[in-house]
Amino acid sequence: MQPGLYHILFISTALFFIGVYGFLTRKNLVTMLMSIELVLNSVNLNFIAFNKYLWPHKMDGLFFTLFIIAIAAAEAAVAIAIIINLYRSHNSINVENAEELKY
Amino acid sequence: MPAIIYILIPFLPLAGFVLLGLFGKKYFKSASGWIGTLLMLVSFILAVYVAYDYFSATSIFPRNVPVKYTWLVFSENISIDMGILQDPISMMMIVVVTFISLMVHIYSLGYMKGEERYPTYYSFLSLFTFSMLGLVLASNLFQTYIFWELVGVSSFLLIGYYYDKPSAVAAAKKAFIVTRFADLGFLIGILVIANTSDTLDYNTLIATLTSTGSEQASSAAASTFLGASALTWGTALIFIGGAGKSAMFPLHIWLPDAMEGPTPVSALIHAATMVVAGVYLVARLFPIFSINTPAVLDIVGWVGAISAVFAAIIACTQTDIKRILAYSTMSQIGYMMFALGVAGYGGESGLGYTASMFHLFTHAMFKALLFLGAGVVIHYVHSNDMKDMGGLRKKMPVTHITFLIACLAIAGIPPFAGFFSKEEILLAAYNGNTIIYWIALITSGLTAFYMFRLYFSIFWNKPYQADHHSGHKSEGGWIMLFPLLVLALGAAGSGFIPFGKYINTDGIPLESHFHLQFSILPVALGLAGIFMAMWLYKKQNNRPEKLAASLNGFYKAAYHKFYIDEIYLFVTKKIIFNLIGRPAAWFDKNVVDGLVNLAGNTTTAVSESIKKLQSGRIQQYAIYFLFGAIGLAILFIYIWK
Repeated sequence: MQPGLYHILFISTALFFIGVYGFLTRKNLVTMLMSIELVLNSVNLNFIAFNKYLWPHKMDGLFFTLFIIAIAAAEAAVAIAIIINLYRSHNSINVENAEELKY
Repeated sequence: MPAIIYILIPFLPLAGFVLLGLFGKKYFKSASGWIGTLLMLVSFILAVYVAYDYFSATSIFPRNVPVKYTWLVFSENISIDMGILQDPISMMMIVVVTFISLMVHIYSLGYMKGEERYPTYYSFLSLFTFSMLGLVLASNLFQTYIFWELVGVSSFLLIGYYYDKPSAVAAAKKAFIVTRFADLGFLIGILVIANTSDTLDYNTLIATLTSTGSEQASSAAASTFLGASALTWGTALIFIGGAGKSAMFPLHIWLPDAMEGPTPVSALIHAATMVVAGVYLVARLFPIFSINTPAVLDIVGWVGAISAVFAAIIACTQTDIKRILAYSTMSQIGYMMFALGVAGYGGESGLGYTASMFHLFTHAMFKALLFLGAGVVIHYVHSNDMKDMGGLRKKMPVTHITFLIACLAIAGIPPFAGFFSKEEILLAAYNGNTIIYWIALITSGLTAFYMFRLYFSIFWNKPYQADHHSGHKSEGGWIMLFPLLVLALGAAGSGFIPFGKYINTDGIPLESHFHLQFSILPVALGLAGIFMAMWLYKKQNNRPEKLAASLNGFYKAAYHKFYIDEIYLFVTKKIIFNLIGRPAAWFDKNVVDGLVNLAGNTTTAVSESIKKLQSGRIQQYAIYFLFGAIGLAILFIYIWK
């Protein structure tokens, strides 16, 4: 059986909510970063699926996906840098210890 | 004559003001007096030249406008011009102003020597002279107003010259506020006049309003407000401005206090020139006052007469020599005012107008002389109070003689200047209004009395006791005595000028008649005043106290200046402050500030209550964000399809 649009959308939605759930519940900043990657990837999946099933002659969705991957890489680099700095000053990467950053 | 000469007369003092005000302190501190005096001298020479040229050209004196620059145009006819108006009274005034100013400049070289703010003083003097010249030369009602305010400002600056003295600061503020208050009337008057006559230019104004049957004159007379025509209101309001500047009752309260300024300033501003601006203003608009609104001219007459006698009575009881002179100034300006008030337009009935201007001229001479003489005395004894003086006639002979001449002049003893001008005023009053004539007669007796009270108390009475702290014992050097001598010449001789030939209401030369039997009464009263003063004050005795005691209540009231200041304080502090000031303050504090505070407080309260939202927990924010996004999604998908 060929997988249809709905199958892929189902996976992507599941992926999105797993990501959101992980972001909201994990206390470890690295794990939270990974959850964000899941959310981003669910979006990527959506783009590709819609591109393939709705407008197969166009490539816009693919380009968007490539962009998102690039941005995600950059974002990961920035986030990791922040996390490392946080670790240096607080000796922890627990998100609850980062509360004082609001000041 | 080239226009530049006219322009230079007021602009040389202005140049002096700018030069000394900007650079005086830094570059020529000690020379600033001489620079100011030199510029003033040139201005004086030009003024005399222009006036001589004007008066000698013809025997009928037209109203010329040799310089005119249209500045602000409001409508076709109404515009504010800067111009120079040449007519007999303006030509007479520029000579008086530049002459007295020159004398005061010279005198101040000695009097103000060594003052810390010497250049500032001279720059202010120059500013004043410029403004006063601009005022008298103005060709436009609004130009007069502009310079009117400028003289007010220079007067304020000079009264408050000793700004570290609280009384001087208070006096400066008082002078400014009282005159400013009166000037409000002037401004409204100008607007009313401009509205009814459709012009601000003096020539057009007088021509349109006084020609019978002109459209403006009849419409101005037709439109009424509270039972008086618009024009009556206009001239009455303008007179209020003039009364404020000329210290007429009941707006006179600032003048005695203004004596806190340096004495030469009092001589220039508060005796000879600025305070007669009100008289000058009424004289400038005299045809309108006389032809269109005779009722207002009556008010002018009565206000003048009341001020004259009122100030003379107060002057008899004061002990501060400068204040006596201030009240005497007020009294003499009262003379000028009621002389205008009793005058009619044209021919013999215009005598009051001539007499008023004549008295303005002679008064400038002898009152400036009195003030400058008083300045020498104050310089010598370091006190303003009559009680610290006495027996000075041998110590300062020049001052003594010149002061005596001035006193004789103001008392109206022939052949000194005051006799002639006062004689004409009394004659005009006799022909115009009998009650005012009797008031004037009594006042002239009182004038002689208080002036000689002053004279005997300063120069005779008890022998002078030199106190320890006055080191230098000279009259002040030739530089201070020279102006006294020049002014004494003026006070003695200026009465022989045939004023009626030059200054009259309708351009027809007025012969000054001399009635021997008419002059007997005023001169006799003047002599009686002098002998009375001599009897009381020539030698130290207890007669003055006895007299004061016998007049108990009246003397006290006069000594306290009839409580006018107290009445003003009562009205302002008790009534205006309580009934208007305080409710306004309450409204401001509670309602206006309340609204502002309400806005601030609301913001604080709201932010206080939602502050907890910003916890710093990223995951909490993410939840808000998530629910927000879901909420929006629901909103857009299901509700706002």
